[in-house]
Amino acid sequence: MELATVVFYLIAAVTVGSAAMVAFSRNIIYSAFSLLGTFAGVAGIYVFLGADFVAGVQVLIYVGGILVLVLFAVMLTHRITDVQITNRAVGRLPALVVVGILLFLLVQSIRETPWRKAKEILYAPTTAQIGDLFLQSYLLPFELASLVLLAALIGAVLISRKELKE
Amino acid sequence: MQQLVDQLIQEGNFPGVPREIVYAGAMILAAFAVLSFFVAPLAGVTSWLERRVWARMQSRVGPNRVGPQGILQWLADGIKNLLKEDIIPAAADKWLFSLAPYVVFVGFLATFVVIPFGSQLIVADLNIGILYLLAVTSLVVVGILMAGWASNNKWSLLGGMRSAAQIVSYEIPAGLAVLTIIFAAGTMSMQGIIKAQGWAPWDWLLFYNPFTFGAFFLYFTAALAEGNRTPFDIPEAESELVAGYVTEYSGMRFLFFFFAEWGNLYVIGAIATTLFLGGWQVPPVTDHPVLLAILQFVVFFVKAYFWVFVAMWVRGTLPRVRVDQLMSLCWKYMVPLSFVCLLGTAGWMVLFPRGNRLASVGMFLVGVAILLQFAKRVRYQIRHARPELYWKPYI
Repeated sequence: MELATVVFYLIAAVTVGSAAMVAFSRNIIYSAFSLLGTFAGVAGIYVFLGADFVAGVQVLIYVGGILVLVLFAVMLTHRITDVQITNRAVGRLPALVVVGILLFLLVQSIRETPWRKAKEILYAPTTAQIGDLFLQSYLLPFELASLVLLAALIGAVLISRKELKE
Repeated sequence: MQQLVDQLIQEGNFPGVPREIVYAGAMILAAFAVLSFFVAPLAGVTSWLERRVWARMQSRVGPNRVGPQGILQWLADGIKNLLKEDIIPAAADKWLFSLAPYVVFVGFLATFVVIPFGSQLIVADLNIGILYLLAVTSLVVVGILMAGWASNNKWSLLGGMRSAAQIVSYEIPAGLAVLTIIFAAGTMSMQGIIKAQGWAPWDWLLFYNPFTFGAFFLYFTAALAEGNRTPFDIPEAESELVAGYVTEYSGMRFLFFFFAEWGNLYVIGAIATTLFLGGWQVPPVTDHPVLLAILQFVVFFVKAYFWVFVAMWVRGTLPRVRVDQLMSLCWKYMVPLSFVCLLGTAGWMVLFPRGNRLASVGMFLVGVAILLQFAKRVRYQIRHARPELYWKPYI
């Protein structure tokens, strides 16, 4: 087995292991902190694929932003450690159906994709290319995404704002 | 660094060893060397110097017993902390409590991968250098939240929350100020940004246009806030929170947090030097490679350490701000101003695609004028205050 393969499986094990911890841990704080391993593992896989910019942004946004917000929400919730069982309201059967459909879709898309193995891996800089593509071929989706984000921002401000009573 | 390892492999120094293992060994060796020969003494000496400088500003003497002028104080402190009992509170979350200092320390130490010490002296000149730097420092927030939660102490939790809120908020003006420089330099690699500048002050990106000049002050203020330094040290405000998220820590684990804090001061200075102050650029005086490397290292170090001194100075001068003042400063003033800097630089690049030499020299003169005015004020204050100045530095 090649060394690169060993490293890949190591990263994958960290990612899947901490994701399992997120899902199965009884303590919601541990779940939240385990997300760190998942996000870092995904960033590691991006590095492995030679996507340096995406890896950097993955750590910056997910670890620096989203994980911290999740931790905030968890820690500010009253008596959070007393909550032992997560979300019993829906029940197991509907969950099983949803998971089954998701699994089918995933397996199907893995089987449909024509996988090719690159002969030689090039670790070339990608940042400039990503920028060019965003502002040329994919300008419309890029602008649409920023509009959605702006709408989300305005919505958040509107919800959290206190109306002054006269 | 990679070129050196490649050369060693080509010369056949490691027969029969896979290339990746050689790289991994070189990385571990580089990390060890940087940690023990640069970061540890640097953080230690900075801790001593800060106490000395701060004491001097308050008309005290400061630590001066261990070694000449007390310069070995940090070794004594380190040995003392190593020998102290490592207490984990009974009610604390044992795992997270033990893990938190390491997460903070990893987030801090990983920044040294891309910090340039000279034109050849850098661990790895990543193509996404400055983005990587911003990304790995976000690990520190997670570590601080972990410490705050795991201590099972209300002051720790409040300190951790405050710290996280502060770092997440100030990341925005800092990131936008950095983005301004990425615009002007056209690259994210640390060496690339330095190469976009020259040795003369008017070739620095600080004086590129009025907007980058403003971005520098925004960056430095935001970086002080991200480093939990006075006047932004509300996460460990002694008068309110005992010691914030480090309240329950003792011994070596406690030291790890402060190791990261003092080392982080140098990282702030090094980033400011790289982005705004021309990095290791030196005038063309010598062609000798070793001499040139030493000169570059010295120039970079002096520039970066000057800002460490300024941070100590600010800490000795300004009082702590309140939480609401801290947040309004960030969101109401610094974020809009940093957007102005970003858009202004973008507009400037459309107007002057090759940069404007006249404006750079003009901005340089403005900078000199500000410095002269500052010196004049200081001289005026000293003359009129008639303090009992104690000019002997050696006591």
